[in-house]
Amino acid sequence: MSEQHSDPTTAAPDRRATTGTDPDTAADEPVVDLADVTFGYTATPVVEGVSLTVDPGEYLAIVGPNGSGKSTLMQLMVGLLEPDAGTARLFGEPAGEFDDGERVGYVAQHANAAKEMPITVREVVTMGRFPHVGFGRLSSEDRATVDDALATVGMSAFADRRITELSGGQRQRTFIARALASEADLLVLDEPTVGVDAESVGAFYDLLATLSAEGITILLVEHDLGAVVERADRVVCLNREVYFDGPTDEFVDSGALARAFGTEARILAGADG
Amino acid sequence: MSAGVGPALVASGLAAVDPSVVLPLQVGPGAIGDLVFGALLWLLEQWYWLMDWVYYVTGLEMLNPDYRYMHRAVLVGLCVGVMAPLIGTFLVHRQLALIGDALAHTAFAGVAVGLFLNAVIDLGVSPYLTAVVVAMVAALFIELISEVTDAYNDVSMAIVLSTGFALGTTLISLNAGGLAVGVDQFLFGNLSTVSPRSAAILLVLFAVIVGTVAVTRNQLLYVTFDETAAAVSGIPVNWYNRVMVMLTAMVVVGAMQIMGVILVAAMLVVPVAGATQVSRSFSESLVVSVVLAELAVLLGIAVAYYGGVTAGGVIVLVAVGIYVGAVVLGKVQSARGEQEPPGVESIGAGDTDGAPGTEGD
Repeated sequence: MSEQHSDPTTAAPDRRATTGTDPDTAADEPVVDLADVTFGYTATPVVEGVSLTVDPGEYLAIVGPNGSGKSTLMQLMVGLLEPDAGTARLFGEPAGEFDDGERVGYVAQHANAAKEMPITVREVVTMGRFPHVGFGRLSSEDRATVDDALATVGMSAFADRRITELSGGQRQRTFIARALASEADLLVLDEPTVGVDAESVGAFYDLLATLSAEGITILLVEHDLGAVVERADRVVCLNREVYFDGPTDEFVDSGALARAFGTEARILAGADG
Repeated sequence: MSAGVGPALVASGLAAVDPSVVLPLQVGPGAIGDLVFGALLWLLEQWYWLMDWVYYVTGLEMLNPDYRYMHRAVLVGLCVGVMAPLIGTFLVHRQLALIGDALAHTAFAGVAVGLFLNAVIDLGVSPYLTAVVVAMVAALFIELISEVTDAYNDVSMAIVLSTGFALGTTLISLNAGGLAVGVDQFLFGNLSTVSPRSAAILLVLFAVIVGTVAVTRNQLLYVTFDETAAAVSGIPVNWYNRVMVMLTAMVVVGAMQIMGVILVAAMLVVPVAGATQVSRSFSESLVVSVVLAELAVLLGIAVAYYGGVTAGGVIVLVAVGIYVGAVVLGKVQSARGEQEPPGVESIGAGDTDGAPGTEGD
């Protein structure tokens, strides 16, 4: 497939990331660039013919019913999976060969992390520095960055707590801090609020909004439509193929939701799920 | 080791007393191998000297200079007490506690291969060397299976385990026609059969393992804690998994000498499980697991010596006793921690060392 961005609905937001951490990347290069990507674990494709670009500083939410390929699409974007057809580029490089790992911060459903492991919040956040230090030792600068990240997410007071003692919301803030400590330009979150209590969810999204305002690109895979519609700039509605891609306010009226989810669409279902 | 140059008289005198240490030079082919082996034997001499000194100070009968094998057993035990929990910590927190068992059984096949080759073509290699090779090949095999199938599969692990043991027993029985081979020392471990040569092999394994973990500690931790995030951040996860299982194979063979095939996996798991109960941070859990393992090894060797029982079994029993103590301590800790959060810090390290000690006595 040639260079083809079948994405006329999207007017990429003008807001440019000015984090300025990486002078070696062209300024206007899309963070994520998928061109006609198809992928299947078996012969049946889970994601089919998806083209989409994410520009620096965007706050993009990917929604869709269970099994719609949201998480798969996200893994294709960060190069954890290789597309069967089409191309996936991350910061202008083929995603699978992308080796500038500290630019991407990944936050999974907290269930993924080793639960019973004795490890403190600070140790987890320090992992964000590992791509920078390689086999070396952490410098005092690295430690300062970790402290800053902890402060940003409001977890400084919990720095020496064992992570197993934390609530779901605190845990997710810890993982965000890890991404911040790595000075990531792109934050990828895969259903980050699963298993997090309702109050913490609000605070969590406020944190994401703050980070977005600071220019970090945010890619959010979500099943909670209410949260998405209130916060994200742009929505991609996925069910194997892209059903909708555009500004959030148009999404609600577009009817894409009903088509993607089938008949039982519940717009702004809010806190349930 | 004893940094002291020591009374040269004593050291050289010992070398003369113990001619067996000069004999087995087949470890590595060529001059470099001989050189390394010579250096390790020199280290061993220093160790004997240190142990003699401890004997004269403490009067511990098991360290009597006439029992050089006990000195070697203690050395091997101390090394195992460091490297087994070191690697075990990374395994346990990835739910890979049983991989040690699988590799131990394939290492037994490796021992059988070594004995077989020695009997048939008179190769003269140490069975422990062939065990290292076979166990590492098996480790890679398990890892590759898991990469292809996307998960560590307990079924494939069980298959590798039984294949290893089946191969071992078959080769041994084939061999037994030629000469009666004692496999008990490999199955159950034996303090008195730790030869200078196998102690030297262990020192090499120890250096490789501790060195590798020291260099790649960050990456191993990241992969252990959150494999996906580690992959996203650019760490070649598969390579570190391969390194990890190969190191496991080395630990298993190293510990096999005193623990035996059947019990060796316990050293990878039990001290780590105990440390997990009482530690808050990862660094702390590493240190605590090593401390617990050393306690178990030293107490176990002592009880085995004075009680005339098999060391491997006693070491594991002591380790399990310590584990139970740690569980109780952990419960007390968290109960107290809930009442007064800021005070927990001070309970941590101090009590950890004390409580298992009383438990073991």
